[in-house]
Amino acid sequence: METLVWTCTEKTPEPGVFSDMLEERRRNSDLSYALRTYSPQPYKGHPPSSARALHQAVMDSQYLRYITQEIATESGEPVEVIREEASGLLEEMAHNLQLSVIRLLGYTLSKVFKSVFRRILVNEDGLNQLQQAIQEHPVILMPNHRSYVDFLILSYIMFTYDLPLPVIAAGIPLMGMKLIGELLRRSGAFFIRRTIGADKLYWAVLSEYVKTIVRTGSAPVEFYVEGLRSRTLKSLNPKLGMMHMVLEPFFKGEVYDISLVPISVSYDRLLEESLLAHELLGVPKPKETTMGLLKARKVLEDDYGSMHVCFGQPISVRELAKGRISRSQYNLVPRDLPQKPSEETQAFVNVVAHGVVRLQERGTVLSPWSLMAHVLLQSPEGLPLVTLTQRTAWLRALVLKFGAHLDWPAQVSDEEVMSSSISLHRSMVCCEGGRVFLLEEQAPGGEASVSPEEAVFRRAAVVLMCASYRNQALHAFMRPALVTVAMATTPSTRKEDVFTNFKFLQELFSNEFVFVPGMAAQDFEEGCLLLVKCGALQTSDQELGVTEHGADTTSCLRAILQPFLQTYQVVFSHLTKDSALVFTERQFIPAVRSYCLKLTIAGELPTYEALSSDTQKNVLNALLRMNAVTKTKVGDQSELRVNRAAIQRIGDILAGRIPPQSAAFSRL
Amino acid sequence: MASNSKSSERQRIAQQRLRIIAGHLRKQEEADHIEIAAQDCKAESSRTDTAKPNSVPKRRQEIMKWNGWGYSDSKFLFNKKGQAEFSGKRYRLSGLILPSLKEWFEGTFGANLQHKSPAATALNAAAIPPPNLSESFVEELKATDIPFSHDTEDRVYRSHGHCLHEIFGLREGQYGRCPDMVVWPNCHNDVVKIVELACKHNVCLMPYGGGTSVSSALECPPEETRSIVSLDTSQMNQILWIDEKNLTAHVEAGIIGQDLERLLNERGYCTGHEPDSMEFSSLGGWVATRASGMKKNIYGNIEDLVVHIKMVTPRGVIEKSCQGPRMSTGPDVHHFILGSEGTLGVVTEVTMKIRPVPEYQKYGSVVFPNFQQGVACLREVAKQRCAPASIRLMDNEQFQFGHALKPQVSSMFTSFLDGLKKFYITKFKGFDPHQLCVATLLFEGDREKVLQHEKQVYDIAAKFGGLAAGEDNGQRGYMLTFVIAYLRDLGMDYYVMGESFETSVPWDRVLDLCRNVKERIVRECKEKGVQFPPLSTCSMPPERRSLPMEEACPTTTELGNSGRSGCKTPSPVWAWAC
Repeated sequence: METLVWTCTEKTPEPGVFSDMLEERRRNSDLSYALRTYSPQPYKGHPPSSARALHQAVMDSQYLRYITQEIATESGEPVEVIREEASGLLEEMAHNLQLSVIRLLGYTLSKVFKSVFRRILVNEDGLNQLQQAIQEHPVILMPNHRSYVDFLILSYIMFTYDLPLPVIAAGIPLMGMKLIGELLRRSGAFFIRRTIGADKLYWAVLSEYVKTIVRTGSAPVEFYVEGLRSRTLKSLNPKLGMMHMVLEPFFKGEVYDISLVPISVSYDRLLEESLLAHELLGVPKPKETTMGLLKARKVLEDDYGSMHVCFGQPISVRELAKGRISRSQYNLVPRDLPQKPSEETQAFVNVVAHGVVRLQERGTVLSPWSLMAHVLLQSPEGLPLVTLTQRTAWLRALVLKFGAHLDWPAQVSDEEVMSSSISLHRSMVCCEGGRVFLLEEQAPGGEASVSPEEAVFRRAAVVLMCASYRNQALHAFMRPALVTVAMATTPSTRKEDVFTNFKFLQELFSNEFVFVPGMAAQDFEEGCLLLVKCGALQTSDQELGVTEHGADTTSCLRAILQPFLQTYQVVFSHLTKDSALVFTERQFIPAVRSYCLKLTIAGELPTYEALSSDTQKNVLNALLRMNAVTKTKVGDQSELRVNRAAIQRIGDILAGRIPPQSAAFSRL
Repeated sequence: MASNSKSSERQRIAQQRLRIIAGHLRKQEEADHIEIAAQDCKAESSRTDTAKPNSVPKRRQEIMKWNGWGYSDSKFLFNKKGQAEFSGKRYRLSGLILPSLKEWFEGTFGANLQHKSPAATALNAAAIPPPNLSESFVEELKATDIPFSHDTEDRVYRSHGHCLHEIFGLREGQYGRCPDMVVWPNCHNDVVKIVELACKHNVCLMPYGGGTSVSSALECPPEETRSIVSLDTSQMNQILWIDEKNLTAHVEAGIIGQDLERLLNERGYCTGHEPDSMEFSSLGGWVATRASGMKKNIYGNIEDLVVHIKMVTPRGVIEKSCQGPRMSTGPDVHHFILGSEGTLGVVTEVTMKIRPVPEYQKYGSVVFPNFQQGVACLREVAKQRCAPASIRLMDNEQFQFGHALKPQVSSMFTSFLDGLKKFYITKFKGFDPHQLCVATLLFEGDREKVLQHEKQVYDIAAKFGGLAAGEDNGQRGYMLTFVIAYLRDLGMDYYVMGESFETSVPWDRVLDLCRNVKERIVRECKEKGVQFPPLSTCSMPPERRSLPMEEACPTTTELGNSGRSGCKTPSPVWAWAC
């Protein structure tokens, strides 16, 4: 790979001009839009194969034949039974894309989108590149997943721009919805069970199904590489199962190349913003039901600002694999036999998946609100509007230097931008008497009797909501911020020592934030470079130093990561001082939560974000990864055992009290 | 080979003797189209007295092009009326007008007859550095009386094979490192002497047979500082003996394919080994490059045909001490000789299997609705082990290309028939003219069996939607094999370049391979800024019958246009060779 596409710091590919899809919709009839001629240029001019032909091709495949035979031998059941079962699974899974349904959806979605969003902005340059790519190679559309609204937005865009409709990997709960499930299936969704585990047959049917679609190029495949909807609006570390499936036809030479298209979807305001915050606080996610959807109608009456969909430049898998994957390994075994991917392949797929997430991050268009959220969260007691305006403008300059895309309205004064954002988000923020502060959520029963716990949760809900908007912009600051934290925790100014601390932080936070594996050095360089670029850092001869005017910048960047550092320390102290030495996985979250409550009531909780179950889980996973907590299976429960000394040590390193031993954390 | 029924065996032998005697008596009628070179070999005792006509003279330049394929008098050209024709008298296509070639050529490549990129007209001797001779080697060589030369033309002729980049260089007057000298041994012992001297005087030897290599094996390494001597085997071209009991022939390795086949035919035999380059390539070259022939389904590839090889190496002569068809002990020395490309030694004499000339030959062809169906049919034919002597599947692009080479039809009636056929296939049978592909077939054997075999193959083809498309189409397909190599030279006159390459893959990857190779060519051309999209076509001979693991070997031909930027840039199109 001449340059890893996701490392070049300087040139984030420009997304080009965004244009508003809804403008046209507001001017013309939705009905004639839904019924217009739709004639996309498909891959190699092949017309999309029918759902039935696809089913047949999968059932006839040598691979499935082999697996069913194998299962039949193992289980002692006749092959016919197994094949019947496979056919059933396929039936359950398969999409049944129908243009008429898409037209219906096109009509309905136009209505809905127009009432909910002010604008839907799409970069047409990206679409043009996509159109080109679709004709040449099988295309994989890889959007991030932030809202239920994402689900059909790509199909909607593809229909509008006369591009072939994608088939979409969806979670099986969606299928359970009456009517809607069938509607989604007919608009191209195929359904995947959440926990496949060791179900060999299911795995085989699914992978053959996906591979057949990619091989024949009958439709672009759309899936969420992050695996699920991000509750915190941060990017999630990718899941690799689907990624392996879609790439395999390339590894085996069944297609010449595959184009991966990272797509970044971002919102000014999220429809399910408060749901997400409550989920993080432990209120279970409402089950996806049709009734629920109907009840949620009133959400649609509100104003949600703009939505941005940024289509990234298509990436050629062939280019990526050059020199990294020796495909001759696939020559030696019949291609239809199930084969465990080699270590080389696994590492490659892992890097590619992380890289795509990184590109999604870089394509994200930020709203002014996500910068304001940074400022607001750093002043929990509220602050004067003037200060908010100033500091947001300052952050804006910084984030632009860091290469992020920002949707900052031109020809409007900063004050107006502030007030329009505040009014859009009036559910969580308010401006009174020249001061801006976060609101507390209104209790459903009025002000009557609020227990202290409930008060904490209400406060936390708003903070977490606000934090999720901040998280949308987190990636833009991530590397420089991590460098500043590493510098603050390193006693020396030697670059090498700072880098050791930096690597430690990446290792610790690698569940929290997305880093492409094996690229710590590039990430560090990138962070330093950006700091130098904004005048906050000077480097000389293996030494790093903050410049005279840089203190503001570095302290601001550190503050961005502060809530995470604090939360990690809270969980550490819970595990070292408060919790039992051995507990089950299920006990962990409630235990941490009540520990946090205890701290709050004592006035010692440093941040409300510590109540986020997402971060708490990430801490646990980091500790598991670093062997400070060990997991053992006892019956059908897994038991966690805490190594307090190790956690203490990690906490000390994080606080800068002791240096990390470089060797122990060289894994990245 | 043991005879079962003695009477019929005797009868057969008697008939053959008659034929052989007749062969001796027959006049050399071919003399009108084959140049006869003076036989200056000092005939050895084992040699027959009648000097055989030799298709390749020592001075190749007398009859062959120096910067293109084949005979100097045969080439494609656009005449004054702008029609394409094939010149000369040697081939069935010679002297004929090809009315559709121009349109195809311009339409496919965006070439323009006004826009020529002519080759350098003559060899520029001044551009070639003087030979780097080893005085002592030359001295001692003189004493052996083996003819040699360090004439510039002789050297340049042997400095290349027929890869695109080699021919392109010659046309543009860019000569790479040339051999410093050419020697023409007349027999095995001459080669032994030459190799001995080369070892003694630290001189490089490069064996040269027909010069049709497409593996860059004839390119002299530019960094080589020693004197390079090209060892031209063309004068070692005798059939030394024929063993009619065991059906083998012992032949000098320099004989070229067409001479070998003709001489054997005269005596009622054939080898059945027919690589596309057989007009020019030599027996030794086949051995050294592990060649495959069109009719390998019946006769086998060269490694199946060879019984005994004599090779001169720097450490002495290597050969088996018997003619046993196989030995079960120890490694087989033939395995490292085959495919060694002249790097290990010089193959001087070969004993190979021969067969009586088949009684009956029949051509045929089948049209398939698309390439996938064609491949599936070939797979089935291979599975049922009933491949005809030759079966070759061309994709749609190659089929159209073949059509462009159709000569002017002589009568209204034929053209009417052609139209009718086309109507039947495309309209009545619903074949898409941009999808359909054609397989050409050749059956050999005794009449009854051929007809039976033919039916079997057509029945299989029908299962895959194949329609029999007549003998003519098949025969023309095979006839084109020999002239098609000349077409690259025409393309190169108009900024079009071409190359061919071949490989073999397991059956399940045939379609993937064809698609991916074509795709790669398209993408490379795009990246290199070639103005017009390239044409890539492929054809597929099926796997050989004796292999337990089945393979298929597509040949892909690429055509493209170098664009018309004004300056001559190296770019697209084709070569054929063995």
